[in-house]
Amino acid sequence: MMPEIALNVLDVAENSVRANSTLVTIEVIINQEKDLLSVLIKDNGCGMTEEQLKKVEDPFFTTRSTRKVGLGVPFYKQAALAAGGEFYIHSKVGEGTETYASFQLSNIDRMPLGDINGTIHTLVVYNEQLDFVYHYVFNDAEFTLDTREFREILGDISFKEPEISQYIMDYLSEQKDSCDHGVKV
Amino acid sequence: MKSLEELKALRDKMQGSVTLRNESEASTRVVVGMATCGIASGARPVLTALSNAVAEKKIEDVAVTQTGCIGLCQYEPIVEVFQPGKEKVTYVKMTPEKALEVIDKHIIGGNPITEYTIGAIMKN
Repeated sequence: MMPEIALNVLDVAENSVRANSTLVTIEVIINQEKDLLSVLIKDNGCGMTEEQLKKVEDPFFTTRSTRKVGLGVPFYKQAALAAGGEFYIHSKVGEGTETYASFQLSNIDRMPLGDINGTIHTLVVYNEQLDFVYHYVFNDAEFTLDTREFREILGDISFKEPEISQYIMDYLSEQKDSCDHGVKV
Repeated sequence: MKSLEELKALRDKMQGSVTLRNESEASTRVVVGMATCGIASGARPVLTALSNAVAEKKIEDVAVTQTGCIGLCQYEPIVEVFQPGKEKVTYVKMTPEKALEVIDKHIIGGNPITEYTIGAIMKN
């Protein structure tokens, strides 16, 4: 198992990267009144056939050849269901894949959200060939990070340049703090 | 709060001073396994420690990148170091602390840390 939801998001979003997406949207919504935390990961990559889709939740299915098990999606699904949440994957060949997981906030078996800023930062900085839109909602407050805006400003300058990498990290933490005032869920 | 204006200012400051680094031109590649197995066993802090160290110590010609699963899940987090003309070095069961040691002794110092490599672990 992963120790936090953010690491599941990192793991599952890497599948979108490998699916040759050009745009990945990640939406994290926390609503304390509804007692709900939900995560939507949506890409415009190669998608999956119905046959693959049936197998993707099976831990003994993987497309890689280096090992015989594929635990990314099963871990994620298990984490959601164990916390009184829901899980689904929709996918269409040539159109993309959408993964949704929800968690009951107050559920004792819900793992912490964890370092979601670190996850988004890692995805953005190490996968410059594609764009990310990250949307964070905490009750009534929200913010969006869109790498297309960064790219437009930066041109050829890499996100990996120390100053830029630091800017992205600071941007994430300042924006998130302004929404949730540092409340850890 | 960080704004896009600030990013523009940063760009203007950097333009000219930044020599655009191309990953394919970097001679040393430090690769972190970031599949499910790696992430679950703590690869993300290792990746962060490595790239921060390379940036802070201003080490030229080194690219820190990520890869998928190389099939040795029980030894994750795994870091591989590729240098031209040298044999690949595979470090296993890495931590951010060990990763920093690798930067200092191997990447800067030129001496691989044998005790952290897969060869040393498998002998035990």
